Amino acid sequence: MNETPSWLVPELALLAGSVLGLLVGAWLPRRRQWVVRALAAVACGVGLVATAVAMAGEPVSVFDDSYVVDSATNATRLVVLAGTLLVICLSIDTVAGHKRETEFYVLLQLAALGAVTLAGANDLLLLAAAYLLASIPGYALAGFRKDSLGVEAALKYYLMGALLGVVMLVGVTILYGAGRGTGYGVLHASMASAPHAAVAVGLVAVLGGLMFKSGGVPAHFWVPDVTDGASPPVAAFLTTIPKIGALVATFRLLDQALATTTVDWPALVAVLATASMTLGNLGAFFQTSVKRLLAYSTVSQVGYLLVPVAVAQRSDIALRSLLFYLAAYAVTNLAVFAVVCELPNAPAIADYRGLARRHPGLAGCLVVALLGLVGTPPTGVFIGKLAVFSAAVDGGYAWLAVVAVVNTVASLFYYLRWLAPALLPSPAGDVATALAPAGRWSSLGAYAAAAASLGVGVGSGALLPLVSGTLLR
Amino acid sequence: MLTAIVFLPAVVGVLLLLVPRTAPPRGFVAAWIAASAVDLGLVVVAWLCFDPRNGFGYQTTATWIPNAGASYHVGIDGLSLPLVAMTAGLFLACAVYSLRETRRVKTYVLVFLFLQTVCLGLFVALDLILFFVFFDLSIVGMYFVIAGWGHGDARGAALKFFLYTFLGSLALLLGFIGLYLAATPHTFDVVALVRSQPLAGHAVGGALVLLALTVGLAIKTPTIPFHTWLPPAHTNAPAPGSAILAGVLLKMGTYGFVRIAMPMLPDAWRRYALGFVVLGVVSVLYGALVALAQTDFKRMVAYTSVNHMGYVVLAVGAAGLVAGSDAQARQLAVAGAVTQMVSHGLITGALFLLSGVLYDRGGTYVMAQYSGLASRLPVFAGATAVAAFASLGLPGFSGFVAEFQIFTGSFDAQAVATGVALLGILLTAGLFLVALQRLFLGPLRLPDAPGARRSLVDLRPSEAAAILPLLVLAFVIGVVPRFLLDVIEPAARTLVGLVAR
Repeated sequence: MNETPSWLVPELALLAGSVLGLLVGAWLPRRRQWVVRALAAVACGVGLVATAVAMAGEPVSVFDDSYVVDSATNATRLVVLAGTLLVICLSIDTVAGHKRETEFYVLLQLAALGAVTLAGANDLLLLAAAYLLASIPGYALAGFRKDSLGVEAALKYYLMGALLGVVMLVGVTILYGAGRGTGYGVLHASMASAPHAAVAVGLVAVLGGLMFKSGGVPAHFWVPDVTDGASPPVAAFLTTIPKIGALVATFRLLDQALATTTVDWPALVAVLATASMTLGNLGAFFQTSVKRLLAYSTVSQVGYLLVPVAVAQRSDIALRSLLFYLAAYAVTNLAVFAVVCELPNAPAIADYRGLARRHPGLAGCLVVALLGLVGTPPTGVFIGKLAVFSAAVDGGYAWLAVVAVVNTVASLFYYLRWLAPALLPSPAGDVATALAPAGRWSSLGAYAAAAASLGVGVGSGALLPLVSGTLLR
Repeated sequence: MLTAIVFLPAVVGVLLLLVPRTAPPRGFVAAWIAASAVDLGLVVVAWLCFDPRNGFGYQTTATWIPNAGASYHVGIDGLSLPLVAMTAGLFLACAVYSLRETRRVKTYVLVFLFLQTVCLGLFVALDLILFFVFFDLSIVGMYFVIAGWGHGDARGAALKFFLYTFLGSLALLLGFIGLYLAATPHTFDVVALVRSQPLAGHAVGGALVLLALTVGLAIKTPTIPFHTWLPPAHTNAPAPGSAILAGVLLKMGTYGFVRIAMPMLPDAWRRYALGFVVLGVVSVLYGALVALAQTDFKRMVAYTSVNHMGYVVLAVGAAGLVAGSDAQARQLAVAGAVTQMVSHGLITGALFLLSGVLYDRGGTYVMAQYSGLASRLPVFAGATAVAAFASLGLPGFSGFVAEFQIFTGSFDAQAVATGVALLGILLTAGLFLVALQRLFLGPLRLPDAPGARRSLVDLRPSEAAAILPLLVLAFVIGVVPRFLLDVIEPAARTLVGLVAR
C-alpha cells in the first residue's frame, strides 16, 4: 500500500496555503492581508512545480487505490493551479483591502483543492467528499459581496448543490450496494454481473452531482444567476475551475468503474452533451448582459466537453482531447472574464461600444478570446475542438460531431453580437464612463490569458504529449 | 522561399503595429504597397525558377502537432502557383487603390496585411489543418473588413457572411477529420493522403466525406444553392474588400476541389461527377439570369461571380467523368478551370475596384441613377467597358482562353450540359452590354442623392495605377497565354491521372 504524502504535494500545498492563510490572516491588519494572497500564489506555484515533477514520473495510485496520480490528474492539477493563479491575479483589483480578503483567498484555494481531488478520486466515497470540498467554498464565494444579487446567487447555488449532493450520495449508496464496493477497481470487476436497473439508477444519480459541478444540462440552472450575481473574478472561477475536476471525474468514473456495465451510458452522455450545447446556445442568443451571455456560453461549452466523455471507451484519443480542450477552454474562458473584470462598469453588451478606440489592447484580447471560444484557429480551443470532433467521429458518434459543428456555428452569432459593438467607434459626444478600467492587475490577467490561449494553440505540438496517457486503474 | 512570401505581409503588419496611429495615413498604405510589391517580386522569382514538370516545388516541412498528425508543410505546383501570383498581384492593386482611404487607416492596413498572409498561405498549404487554419482566418479577416469599412447594412452583411462561410468551414473540417481517421497512419498531410487515397474502398464513407467537403467548398465558391451570402457581402464591402473577396476568397472553394476533393477521393469524385456538372450548369445559368435582373451595378458583378465560378465547377465535374471522354479533353477542362480562377480574379477584381470608383463619384450603385458618364469620365468608361468585355469572354482576353478550354474539355464528356452552359455566355454578354449602355451612353445624368459628389473627376492616378495593370494582365494572358498554360498543364495532367486511378 502506497501512502507516501510526497505524491500529493500539489494538493497539500493548496491545503497548507489555505490553513496557514487562515491562521496568518486572523492576526494581520486589514491593509496587510496581501500576505495571504501571496501565500496563495506561492501555494499554486509550489503545486505547479510539484506537478511538473510528477509528470515526469510514472503514474501511481495511492492510499489504498482511492486516489490516483496519472496523466489526467496531473493535467487537471496543472490547469486548476494555473487557472487559480490567474483568478488570484484578476481578483486583486476588486478584493485588495477588503475586510474579508483572507477568507476570499482561503475559500479560493479550498475550492481549487476540491476540483483537483475530484479529478484524482478513484473511489466513490472520495468522489463524494471531493464534491463537497469543491462546492461548499463555492457557495460562500458566490455570496461574498453580500449584496442582494450575490445572496440570491449563493442561495440558489447552495440549494441546487445540496439537492444534487444528496442525490449523488444516494447514487453512491446504490452503486455500492450493486457493486459490493466503492473503489473503481472493485466496481470494474463486479459491474458486469450487477443488477442492470440498480446500476442505471445509481449512475444517473451520481452523474447528476457531477453535472451540477460542471454546470451542464440538466443541472445548469445555477450558472446564469451565479455568474451574474457574483463578482466577476468569482464568476470566472466558478464557471471554469470546478468544471475541470468534474469532467475529468465523470470521465474516470464512466471509463473505469462502469466500463463493463450493460447500461448504455455513452448514449446518455451524448444526449446530455447535445442538450448542453443546444440549450446553452439558445439561452445565450439574445442576452444583453455580458455575464449572462458568458454564463450560457459556458453551459454550451460543457456540451462540447462531454463529447469525448461519451466516446471514452470507443476512441483512444478521447482522454487526450478532453484534457486538451479543458486546458484550452480554461485559459480562453478566463481571458474573456478577465476583460469583464477589467471593465466592471460595463455590464451590458452595448456598453462595450468604442472599446477598440479606448483600449485597443483589451479589445484585441476580447477578439482573441471570443473567437477562441468559437474555435477559430490558431487558438487553443480550435485544436481542442479538432481533437474532440476527431474523437467523436473515431468513436462512431459522427452525428454528435455534426451537432457540435452546428452548435459552434450558432454560437458564433452571439459572440459576434458582443464583438461587433466593441469594434465600432463610440457614439459621438458620449464620454464612456462605462469603459473605465478597474486596474492593471485585471488587464495583466487579460493579456496573459489571451496570450496563453493563442500559445496553447500554436504550441499544441509540445502540449499534446503532456496530456497523452491512459488512466491508471 | 514560400514561408517568406506568406509571412512577409504579416511581419510588416507586426512592425506597423509599433508605429503610432497618428502617423500620416499614406505612410501606412505606402508600407503596404512596398510589402506587396516585394512579395509580388518574390513570387515572380519563384515562378521563374519553378520547373512545372517536377510536381511540388519549394517544399518545406516542419513538425507542428505530431500527435494530431498535422505539420507545417508548404509547397507549390502548377495548380497553386498561378493563384499565388494572382493573389499577390491583386493585393498590390488593392494597396495602390487604398491610397485614398481615410478611415482608420492603420487598422485597415493591418487587417489587409493579415488577410494577405492568410490568402497566400492557403494556396501553398500542403497540410489539411494548415489549409483549414488559413481558410478560417480568411473569413475572420474579411469579416472585419466588411464590418469595419463597409457601407449600408455592413454589419448585417458581415454577420451573414461570417455565419454562412463559418458553417462551410466546419463542414470542411468534418470532412478533413474523416480523411484523417481513414488514413493509416492518421495524417493530415495532403501529399500522403493523395498517395494513399484513404477512402478508396469505402463507398459510403467516401460519399459522406465528399459531401462534407462539397458543402464546405461550395459555400465558399459559392454555387447554387449556397450563394445567398455573396450579394450582400459584396454590395456592402469596401471596394478593395470586394475585390479580394471575389478575386481570392472565392478561389479558395474551387481550389479546394482541385487540391483536396478530386485527388483524395477519386472514386467518389468519379461517381458523383455528374452532380457537379449539373451544379455547375445551374450556377452558370442562374447566376447569369439573376445578374441580368439586377439594377445595382455591384450586385450585378457579384452575381456574375456565381456565373463564372459555375464554369469552374462544370469543368472540374467534367474532369471526373472518366467514362466516355479521353484524358486529353479532361486535362483541358482542368487547365481551363485553373485559368478561369486566375482570369476571374483579375477581371472581377478590376470590376469591383471600378464599382468603388463609381460609388465614390456618385454615392450609389443604382444604375438607373446614372447616364451618359462616358462624355465626362472617358477613362473610367473605357476601363469599365474593357473589363466588362473581358468578363463576358471576348477573345483576346483571359476569360476567353479559360472558357474556351472549359467548353472544349467538357464537351467531350457532357455535350448537352456544356451546350446549355454556353447560353450563360450569351446572357453575360447581354447583361454587361445593357449595363454599359445604362451607365455610359445617353444624356448625362447623375444621382441626386444628398451627399452625392457634384465634382466629377475621371480616374485618379492611384485608381488607374491599381485597375489598369489588372486589365493589361488579363489582355496579356488572352493574347499570349503560353507562359501561364505551361505551368498549369503539367499539373492538370497529373490531376487527371490521379482522378482516373
